[in-house]
Amino acid sequence: MFSKQGTGKVYNGASGYGYKKTSLYRNAWRRLKKNKLAMVGLSIICVLAATAIFSPLVATHDPTARIKEESFRSPSTEHWFGTDILGRDIYSRVIYGSRISIMVGVVAVGISLAIGITMGALAGYFGGFPDTMVMRMADIFFAFPYILGAIAIMTVLGPGLVNIFIAIGILGWAYFARLFRGSVLSVKNKEYVAAARALGASNFRIMAKHILPNSFAPMIVLGTMNVGTAIIVEASLSFLGLGVQPPTPAWGHMLSESLNYINIAPWMMFFPGMAIVLTVLGFVLLGDGLRDAFDPRM
Amino acid sequence: MVSKKQHMILEVKNLKTYFDTPEGVVKAVDGVSFDLKKGEVLGIVGETGSGKSVTALSLLNLIPQPAGKIVEGQILLEGTDLARLNPRQMQKYRGSKISMVFQDPMTSLNPVYTIGSQIMEAIRIHQSITKNQARKKTIELLTMVGIPEPSRRLKSYPHECSGGMCQRVMVAMALANNPSVLIADEPTTALDVTIQAQILELMVKLKDRTGSAIILITHDLGVIAKYASRVMVMYGGKPVEFADVDTIFYEPLHPYTRGLMGSITRLDNKKKQRLLAIEGSCPSLIDLPPGCTFYPRCPYARKRCAQSYPGLEQVNPGRRIACHRWKNFRKGYNEGKP
Repeated sequence: MFSKQGTGKVYNGASGYGYKKTSLYRNAWRRLKKNKLAMVGLSIICVLAATAIFSPLVATHDPTARIKEESFRSPSTEHWFGTDILGRDIYSRVIYGSRISIMVGVVAVGISLAIGITMGALAGYFGGFPDTMVMRMADIFFAFPYILGAIAIMTVLGPGLVNIFIAIGILGWAYFARLFRGSVLSVKNKEYVAAARALGASNFRIMAKHILPNSFAPMIVLGTMNVGTAIIVEASLSFLGLGVQPPTPAWGHMLSESLNYINIAPWMMFFPGMAIVLTVLGFVLLGDGLRDAFDPRM
Repeated sequence: MVSKKQHMILEVKNLKTYFDTPEGVVKAVDGVSFDLKKGEVLGIVGETGSGKSVTALSLLNLIPQPAGKIVEGQILLEGTDLARLNPRQMQKYRGSKISMVFQDPMTSLNPVYTIGSQIMEAIRIHQSITKNQARKKTIELLTMVGIPEPSRRLKSYPHECSGGMCQRVMVAMALANNPSVLIADEPTTALDVTIQAQILELMVKLKDRTGSAIILITHDLGVIAKYASRVMVMYGGKPVEFADVDTIFYEPLHPYTRGLMGSITRLDNKKKQRLLAIEGSCPSLIDLPPGCTFYPRCPYARKRCAQSYPGLEQVNPGRRIACHRWKNFRKGYNEGKP
């Protein structure tokens, strides 16, 4: 099948020219596939997601099993990434740690996205007083440094996985709200919105059916990139002891444990650190690629 | 007269729509009155900024909030005053009793849905019928507006259709619930000439079938001549002349109307004559001077034109005009020189 780029027309042999379905998302996917860096990012994320889901199959040891005799082993065929002071297998701990990171990244961004879209839609669609209220609230959130805010919330709520979701989720909403408000503002003055209104569509229907789908693309980009940020914040919180509590393996926590043994067991720091870097890199690369893919001018 | 009243579908009385802007109050529509009979095509003509589109949006109560507001007047649609309805009630009227076809069909359809689902939405907003029935009705509508292979076209996205086809879809959506009044706001401006004629023919044909009346807003006098039965000429937010279509073309009285007529090419013009242009441009609608809105551009202006606004005056039944000096133009209008 010979595909003519851009026109959406496809020559399908004997039956002549037919139409190949094109849509914003299909076209974006087509452009994304051509972006090598984005595909690298996507592969990293896929591998990561697979390890998180199938951790028990991928891991070689029980991540919490302590074997005193095996402490501070350097990487070997038995312990691929070495062991820590308690003799736990670092490879297995890194594998299991991906669960926390991915979960926090996805759930926290999901919360931010939900709050941000609701607030942004409210502000953009109705304008006036709701707009002022929401945007000033967002300004207050922007004024907090991300980590500091997270520490503050975690101190109040106490450590734990659910509280991490809440803290990171709540802190991130303002970015989504501001961006979504902007796209709602540009879409709400489109003619098809006026046309829908002229047909008697209600505010809710217009919002849900006409504005939301047409202003969602930038949210995907920001969401992807924010997963990386959320993972870093989670790692920082765990590093500070405010995150997931031991013995559950979390990358940030593993880093903080490694601090004292930097000279004698550098692998304790290297592998979880690399895991964080690679994961965040994966999301940033994909996010970057998505931004280009949704913008046909690039 | 009584029977005539019964056929009246829409009566607009002294409609005033103002916009609050930082620079002052924009009187976009200022005292527009007209009526519409069943099955009639009323043309509204005027240049950009004369208030045609705002008039149309006012009828649907779709003035951009909160800046715009209908400050005065009545919009009686089969006896119900649309200007007094609350938003929820008005929503029921839009698309069912009164609907609109917009200027640019390519941007008036939502790019993320198929045309089929958009027409079905238009039907299902006002009629509680099943998806299957709606699909059947959609195919009927598409056939009615002359789209070939409707059951296949249902699945097309707007960007896969031509401008003319999109406008047919818009017409189908607007007529989906058999509205009494169809407002067409420059429905053919974005289309090329051959398609323009097809779309207008289609609307007029369907009007006869569904019995709705059409308000045709345009600045194309050729379109008015062919399709409208009565004409309202607007200038600076006010109606300046009303007449049936023949009178407007053969005996325009208001200097603005005469300017419009002078600015179109006529095939029956034997003499080599330059097209006339109306000097100047439409006035800003903020802080209009007390006099006639057309006064600064009017070649026939006298002192009193600057002092007081001429109200609409009845020339004969069905013909009204807002000009101090219309009587002067009536006699020997052909030689009427400044």
